Amino acid sequence: MTNLQQHPEPPAELEAEPVVVNLGPQHPSTHGVFRLRVIMDGETIQDVEPIFGYLHRGTEKLAEERSYTQVVTLTDRLDYTAAMSNNLAYVLAVEKLAGIEVPERGMYLRVIAAELQRIAAHLIFVGFSLDELGAFHTPLLYGFRERERILDLFEMLCGARITVSYMRPGGVHQDAPVDFWPALDRFLADMPHYLDELQGLIAENEIVVARTKGLAVLLAAKAINCSMSGPVLRASGVAWDLRKQDPYDVYGRMQFDIPVGANGDTYDRLLVRLYEARQSLRIVAQARKEIPGGPVRTQAPFFIRPPVGEAYGHVEAPKGELGFYLVSQGGISPYRCKIRSPSFINLTALKEMLVGYKVADLVVIFGSIDVNMGEVDR
Amino acid sequence: MTYGAGIAKGLMVTMRNLFRKPTTVQYPEERLPQHPRFRGEDFVWYEERCTGCASCAKYCPLGIIKIVTSPSGTQTQEGEKYRLEVFDIDIARCMFCGLCVEACPYDALHMGSGFERGRYARNDLTIHIDELKSAPKRPSTWFRPQLEAKGYDPFSGETVPWQGVSRASKNDPTKEEMDSRWVERQ
Amino acid sequence: MILAGNSLYRNIYGFFVGLLPDGLSWLGLVITGLILAFVFVNALMIFVAGVVYLERRVLGRFQSRLGPNRVGPFGALQPIADLLKMVFKEDVVPAAADKLVFAAAPIVMVVPALAMMAVIPYGKNTFVTDLNVGILFAIAITSVSSLGIFMAGWGSANRFATLGAMRGVAMLVSYEVPMLLSLVGVLLLGGTLSLVGVVDAQRIPFILLQPLGFLVFLIAATAEMNRAPFDIVEADSEIVAGYHTEYSGVKWGVFQLAEYGAMIVSAAVLVTVFLSGWQNPFVPQGWPQVLPSQLWFLLKVGLVLFLLIWVRATIPRLRIDQIMGFAWKILFPLALLNLVVTAVEVQLVPNPNTWQLWVLVAINLAVAVGAVVGFGAAFGRRRTNPTASVTLVSLQAEVVR
Ligand code: SF4
Ligand code: SF4
Repeated sequence: MTNLQQHPEPPAELEAEPVVVNLGPQHPSTHGVFRLRVIMDGETIQDVEPIFGYLHRGTEKLAEERSYTQVVTLTDRLDYTAAMSNNLAYVLAVEKLAGIEVPERGMYLRVIAAELQRIAAHLIFVGFSLDELGAFHTPLLYGFRERERILDLFEMLCGARITVSYMRPGGVHQDAPVDFWPALDRFLADMPHYLDELQGLIAENEIVVARTKGLAVLLAAKAINCSMSGPVLRASGVAWDLRKQDPYDVYGRMQFDIPVGANGDTYDRLLVRLYEARQSLRIVAQARKEIPGGPVRTQAPFFIRPPVGEAYGHVEAPKGELGFYLVSQGGISPYRCKIRSPSFINLTALKEMLVGYKVADLVVIFGSIDVNMGEVDR
Repeated sequence: MTYGAGIAKGLMVTMRNLFRKPTTVQYPEERLPQHPRFRGEDFVWYEERCTGCASCAKYCPLGIIKIVTSPSGTQTQEGEKYRLEVFDIDIARCMFCGLCVEACPYDALHMGSGFERGRYARNDLTIHIDELKSAPKRPSTWFRPQLEAKGYDPFSGETVPWQGVSRASKNDPTKEEMDSRWVERQ
Repeated sequence: MILAGNSLYRNIYGFFVGLLPDGLSWLGLVITGLILAFVFVNALMIFVAGVVYLERRVLGRFQSRLGPNRVGPFGALQPIADLLKMVFKEDVVPAAADKLVFAAAPIVMVVPALAMMAVIPYGKNTFVTDLNVGILFAIAITSVSSLGIFMAGWGSANRFATLGAMRGVAMLVSYEVPMLLSLVGVLLLGGTLSLVGVVDAQRIPFILLQPLGFLVFLIAATAEMNRAPFDIVEADSEIVAGYHTEYSGVKWGVFQLAEYGAMIVSAAVLVTVFLSGWQNPFVPQGWPQVLPSQLWFLLKVGLVLFLLIWVRATIPRLRIDQIMGFAWKILFPLALLNLVVTAVEVQLVPNPNTWQLWVLVAINLAVAVGAVVGFGAAFGRRRTNPTASVTLVSLQAEVVR
């Protein structure tokens, strides 16, 4: 048999080649069509290269061809889990540009809609995060069950569930129907229990904690340098929320707290959103109590002709600071429309957050940034 | 906090849900209620009300409403009216934003409440004028506060005649009145 | 030897030998074997179909939806519809695949589940053969499935599949150690390696005498059958479908059969070893029984399967390094502790009478609770409430406009 003496010396260290794996664009957990070219050593990630653009629809260019009101319908499709917030950011920019006043009731309705949308978006986020952690769709379906209530409310408000096109420069297109308010009260009464249940299912679960605590810590300085915003930034310990720092509509009158994470890890990013949903409930309840009567919309003409100039309107969208920068040359459509999408900018630190972790962590970390490809590729 | 308490809590949550009634319904047999405001397909269009002004076509962000009119002096309406030859809505591209309905100054176009317009060919998705004329008139109350004020529900099966959807507070003129006005003006 | 004990095999063989002329008794053996193989392969398929259906229904209810309910009454024919779909699907073989290995992997996967069916006692006197090394056989034959996983992962020439296969082999091999060790306690108590004998040896279910062993075995068995929270082998959110990413059609169906077959068989072994098998837990043996013993066995297996489904509906997946750490740092010492305690007890009280038995139960329960709590405390010493890391900050709104 083999002569051991003649056997060639094994190399001092076994040579191993890094493997290139394409995660996406067709992968179960890339939140749409996102491609990550991952270079791995075994299971450990050495390098990542994100590749975007699969969902590019040219929203910014399309906006230049449409009148100011028509663009509202395009904004629905940016972050399709948070259409109300997109509407709001856009109409704020137009109102600034054209100097349109908004009636009180309109502002309150917009705040209610935007906060409900935030709850819905966070429910989706929590569900999908847990799905990526491997819980077999249960939290996801619970989240969707509760989000359904919110979508029902949207249907009452504006006749659509996802692509709402609810807001118009100068308010909202229509007042809420009479049966909306009792339904909202029922929702406000039920929702805290739902959130308790969801939190009970995941927040203290040892496996969730073991998987996410200390994972992909994003330091506050780094987050600020990368221009991150929204829950990702707040989880890193920076109490930055545009609803407080630059209160638009009637947020200045609302009492609410900002959940802030201590560690900036994936767990904090998860929990901050759960807590934020509760704060949103508080805001909705206050707005519901304080809402005055009156008109909901300034009768701005359909074809608005703002003066020559530029304006930037931004809101605290569920995923971070969503801003619309509009340039007007006096025409009926914006000369230039630039969208500052939180999802895209929050991806800046993706590589630093991923390198050194395992594939199983990759999807969790990527999910914890909560991107939406409709918004990243625009 | 001992280890396992969190998992036990989670197990209890799922166990509670096991004995709850499921949230899903079996769709074709059982339907969830829709709000009267639901913006859906099969637009409701009243030929009697439409003047052929094409505001709807102009306001549509996608430009998918095709209107062809020809002048017609024979109409005994208030003022001159165009005869509509083509009124096509290309539902395949429509996003049900409702801007066309918002734009219509004469309350001639309304959203519908359906959502089941599956077809095998794209061309079949276009709603032509004949279909719009003959379809049962069950307008959605979206952007039509006058319908909402009446408590109209498109799902009750009731249809609304063209006189009933006006936003004008005064009563619509009768045919005789309109005829006489037209004669006066001539 | 092969006919030892009062087995199904012997009964059927006896029937055929009566019909056959002298000198042809080997033919009787062959015929009996074929009949039993036919019956058991089909029985496994039917049980797998049933379990898949039940799992989907129960998971559906856990998740507040209905689950399959269209095909047949209550959707009960769904597995048949699925089977038809799988049969008619195109069987895609990747161009770069190692064709032979790719095709052989599903078969290698399904054999252990089938082979295991031979040694499990399904009821009083209902077993194919009473193998005197039954437990050893069970453990040995289940390890074959890790080979199947690796063949599938390697043969498909897909990086996700290879990743899944590597994870699978690492995990399955590690979890075999605590699994086997947790069974040694039972062997000491029962004094037999035969699965049939183990049932008879349980005057009270061994779960009472071996709570720690039961826990370790349950967790290790869950890992062995790639169920949540140990389903890293086919973690759908990470590596698409793991080792069977490239499989489709019937081959994928065979994987599914193997997976669920392994699940059923492992549950059956668990029931046999720790839950007194087919014995009625309320009415002692020897008393008149109302329900047949086979039904009790089925009920207990169903209970274990329900537990597995419940866990799957609730718990997220662990990471590979956490899984390996869990096996070697927690399960392995626990199994060893259980073994030592049991060995001492067996040495001190070789033939316990009834009250001694209950004293042992109390001691073992105390040891189990102590060990679990002790380990929990050791690992969670610095553990505070995890939700404390997020705090609410109230800010004053700055009106800067
Ligand atoms: S609903 Fe919107 S997209 Fe559809 S026809 Fe009307 S304006 Fe155009
Ligand atoms: S806007 Fe109204 S009246 Fe004008 S063409 Fe369209 S449907 Fe007819």
